[in-house]
Amino acid sequence: MATLSQPAETPLVLGEVTPADVTRTVAGIVERRAPRAWWLAFAFTGSLTLVFVGMLTYLVTTGIGVWGNNSPVGWAFDITNFVFWIGIGHAGTLISAILYLFRQRWRTSINRAAEAMTLFAVACAAIFPAMHVGRPWRAYWLFPLPNQWSGMWPNFRSPLIWDVFAVSTYGTVSFLFWYLGLIPDLATLRDRARTRARQIVFGILSLGWRGSAHHWNHYEMAYLLLAGLSTPLVLSVHSIVSFDFAVSILPGWHTTIFPPYFVAGAIFSGFAMVVTLMVTARWFFGLHHLVTMKHLENMNKVMLATGLIVGYAYAVEFFIAWYSGNPYERFVFMNRALGPYAWAYWTMVACNVLVPQLFWFRRIRTSVPAMFVISLLVNVGMWFERFVIIVTSLHRDYLPASWGMFRPTWVDLLTLAGSFGLFLTLFLLFVRFLPMISMSEVKAMMASGEAA
Amino acid sequence: MSRADQIAGGRRVYGVAAQFDSPAELLAAIRELRERGHRKMDAYTPYPVHGLSEALALRRSALGWFALAAGLAGAGAAFLLQWWTGAVAYPLVVGGKPFFAWQTSVPVAFELAVLLASFAAVLGMLGFNRLPRLHHPVFQYVNWNRITDDSLLLVIESDGASFDADRAAEALCAAGGRQVEILEG
Repeated sequence: MATLSQPAETPLVLGEVTPADVTRTVAGIVERRAPRAWWLAFAFTGSLTLVFVGMLTYLVTTGIGVWGNNSPVGWAFDITNFVFWIGIGHAGTLISAILYLFRQRWRTSINRAAEAMTLFAVACAAIFPAMHVGRPWRAYWLFPLPNQWSGMWPNFRSPLIWDVFAVSTYGTVSFLFWYLGLIPDLATLRDRARTRARQIVFGILSLGWRGSAHHWNHYEMAYLLLAGLSTPLVLSVHSIVSFDFAVSILPGWHTTIFPPYFVAGAIFSGFAMVVTLMVTARWFFGLHHLVTMKHLENMNKVMLATGLIVGYAYAVEFFIAWYSGNPYERFVFMNRALGPYAWAYWTMVACNVLVPQLFWFRRIRTSVPAMFVISLLVNVGMWFERFVIIVTSLHRDYLPASWGMFRPTWVDLLTLAGSFGLFLTLFLLFVRFLPMISMSEVKAMMASGEAA
Repeated sequence: MSRADQIAGGRRVYGVAAQFDSPAELLAAIRELRERGHRKMDAYTPYPVHGLSEALALRRSALGWFALAAGLAGAGAAFLLQWWTGAVAYPLVVGGKPFFAWQTSVPVAFELAVLLASFAAVLGMLGFNRLPRLHHPVFQYVNWNRITDDSLLLVIESDGASFDADRAAEALCAAGGRQVEILEG
């Protein structure tokens, strides 16, 4: 962690900034009228969201056959998208919880937006398994609820049901953590409100917070507890997601390296998404003095480190397949690199292993256009990683008689695009209506002299 | 607040408030006022101030025990749920696995422990702080909108019939407070 820790000479807040400036800058964004560019972006992502709603409606009213899923490829875009979105969320929790416990002060300007990103990514993720069950109006069967068959219960020996608990707990705890962090800032917005409607809305949302010493005493303990609880939680979530695969007996899935490999990949893709969003928001709202190059560079370093772990995992999978002497394992991995989905495999390797190596160069690590492009490529690569794991393992299993191919339909492709629409729309609404930088935390950092 | 509280112009006095510009001034004022015997004080700040809980001699928050109890309850409930549904209510043979094994029950138990402990931490924080509430006497303070922005407020709270608001106001002035005001409520 030495390279991540904050050298005293690099300021985290640039220039002569007072606490009042922080309030003005951050609260100003949600109090001004929305700029035209925001409306244009919102119109675009809103339209994509409508495409998402349309595709899901078509799926539910017609049947799961509108997707390209088949036998043997019963899991395809649906589960790929689920794992992809869950992974995106992990950077938010890592920044807000793990970096908090490690006293990494640079997290302060970016944690709020990253936590919001977590929530929206989990929301997108949760939709896919609900649709994947085929009859989403019965998705509640996943939960252990008393039912009319009096005595039918979920099978708790299956990792799929663990996943239900992991993802729903993760979504709920992420919301609690995010909301807890928002309470003092909501009180600031309440006290700045000029209109009756804003006074009432923020008055209710801030729960009567007044920042008394007694409040902060319990608040800081609650924050520490949630950080401490979220840290093992975030590690457990992607581990349990990986159990969905690792506990099966399918070659290519049945691997003990999956839990750490999935967690590293999740953090890798999540940081890529935070960089994509923060670079855009920082440029758009002029937040250069709060989200500094130091923040961006640190995130790029995390991407470089986790990208190396992911690359190592790819290599170890191949080595173990060879070393196991198991012909099925060996075949699956040769098929990944040389078979019909080789293009997907090499896209993944290029985006996840080769491209992030550019971050070894300081000039690239500190170049906004370069990091924007690299972060987008990493997101592409990480989506393909899940696609490769799921589809290439399923389409060639033990019996050549049951081999098949998966080809996405237009519904698959538009549903994936639409999920980005939902994610980005929620994020745009968040930056419009809620403070995207934690004002109280930035001020506390400035007051204690840790910003400079 | 007891009925014995001082009546000022027909209204009860909640306390006397003064504004400070920096955490250092606030902490110095608290130390000075505590030396002069003012014990019942509270400070209002836009961000957590390091050393404030110690200066006001607040006890360490007991939230941790609360969350621990909730977490243990969550884990216990999860084990019970998995045992009862799997081994008692609906014993289904799946691949010859035992109906209940603690090892396979750990993931769900862990998740429910975290879920309940997190709710306990957040709801406990609100409960210990008597939140949510709609109104509070300090909201009357004339510069209140600065207190959630960049300024700090110190309030000497009324401690009953013997409370002398004028003496408290003088003490706050002497300790460097600005905009001293008596709060009703």
